Amino acid sequence: MKCDLCNKKATVHLTEIVDEKMTEMHLCEDCAREKSVQMEQQFGLADLLAGLADFGKQSKEKESVVDLKCENCAMTYDDFRKFGRLGCGHCYQSFKPQLSTLLKKIHGSNHHFGKTPVRIPKEQRSKIENLQDLKNQLMVAIQNEDFEKAAKLRDDIREVESKGQ
Amino acid sequence: MKLDDYIHNTAQWLKGVGAHSDIVMSSRIRLARNLTTKPFPSKANKKELNDVLDVVREAMSAISYFKASELFKINELDNVDKQFLIERHLMSHDHATNPEGKAVLVSDEESLSVMINEEDHLRIQVMQSGLNLDESWKIANAIDDALSKKLDFAYSVQWGYLTSCPTNTGTAMRGSVMVHLPALVMTKQINKVLAAVAKLSFASRGFYGEGTQASGNFYQISNQVSMGHSEEDVIQNINGLMRQIIEQEEQARQAMLLQNKPMLEDKIFRSLGILRNAHIISSQETVELLSMVRLGVDLTVINNVDRKAINELFIMIQPAHLQKIEGKKLTAAERDTKRANLIRQKLGGQ
Repeated sequence: MKCDLCNKKATVHLTEIVDEKMTEMHLCEDCAREKSVQMEQQFGLADLLAGLADFGKQSKEKESVVDLKCENCAMTYDDFRKFGRLGCGHCYQSFKPQLSTLLKKIHGSNHHFGKTPVRIPKEQRSKIENLQDLKNQLMVAIQNEDFEKAAKLRDDIREVESKGQ
Repeated sequence: MKLDDYIHNTAQWLKGVGAHSDIVMSSRIRLARNLTTKPFPSKANKKELNDVLDVVREAMSAISYFKASELFKINELDNVDKQFLIERHLMSHDHATNPEGKAVLVSDEESLSVMINEEDHLRIQVMQSGLNLDESWKIANAIDDALSKKLDFAYSVQWGYLTSCPTNTGTAMRGSVMVHLPALVMTKQINKVLAAVAKLSFASRGFYGEGTQASGNFYQISNQVSMGHSEEDVIQNINGLMRQIIEQEEQARQAMLLQNKPMLEDKIFRSLGILRNAHIISSQETVELLSMVRLGVDLTVINNVDRKAINELFIMIQPAHLQKIEGKKLTAAERDTKRANLIRQKLGGQ
């Protein structure tokens, strides 16, 4: 079989479905490489985020997610999926379960290990100190390969974190 | 300092000094911050954007780091001014569009710039010459602390700093290093290097910022991930990666000198020859030739040209810079002539 774009031997076979219409393409290695570069360029960050945010969702769950809205800035989860940008700090609360999964997919982790602001509400401050202490202990436990202790610390961290923001 | 005065300035990061400055052009730390009280810029209305600008200006006015600096409101700038700031790496392309409530603060040394109301309320950028992320971080961190005494930043105990785009959430820090890798390109090893960079969750971009192709053999390498690691760990990881890339480039340079010195010298001196003699030249051709001349300077094959002059030319030959120097609008054809003039003048040509 010959390549659709030039006359070389086609070794890559591509099936594209656009608006439920299926097209097949047969390409040689060079043309396929070029085509994949073009595809990458069209594929923006918003698509990527939307794809990640959707990934693995059941259709029933999807419907309930569509109705989600931030009570502070009125940003809908649907808009976030389309544009890839959140509306305000409170969106992180409003879409917490969805973002928790998404952040983990993007960063490989959904726990902050960096600095904290100088000015911060008192109760948040003590919570941060408590968490930092637990995280430090967790690091030590992992380094010492004390996985039983590490698992307990991990659960403790999750519990502290889940008590609001 | 007035905007037009920056044309006579050599930004600190262009001076060609600091660790590994033969391969590393500059190191940059960028922090994103948002105020708790206002929606993120994309969701904020005109009044809210202007309120953010006022509050941030007020906070900055009392901080010593911002003393020797100037704030420019984007809606008071014309297109050449905006392009000029972009070309000097002081603000992003995105910052030039929808100018309402947007501003950029630039320090006189151009090592610090703060974009207000870009994608996030604040984008603090610190740039240093050579491989020096540690110093950039030290400064950015101190500025962030100083601002944080006056402003409440959107922050969550679990997720860290909250940003408009979830790819920045956490430390909201991006560390990037601009490297010049001509030998890895010429010896066709660059794709291997870039593939390894991508595998380690680091991104690579061109000299002229986000979304640009690599040109002049410059690559900007930065961390992708902003959650799960402390700022210091991320910087250490980038430093580790950079040390390896620098070593690879050094080896490739030495291998080329050893295996085919005449060919390399020919390429370098032909490039210098064209730059010193051309009367019409495009920016693309200039950048490719300047890259070869810079390599010549770094390998001491060329001795009478200054690295700083080459670094500066990479910036000066861009369209808005040429128009600022000339003091009027220039067509593309006029720019190609003006560019050639400028290069001949700077490199001691005919």
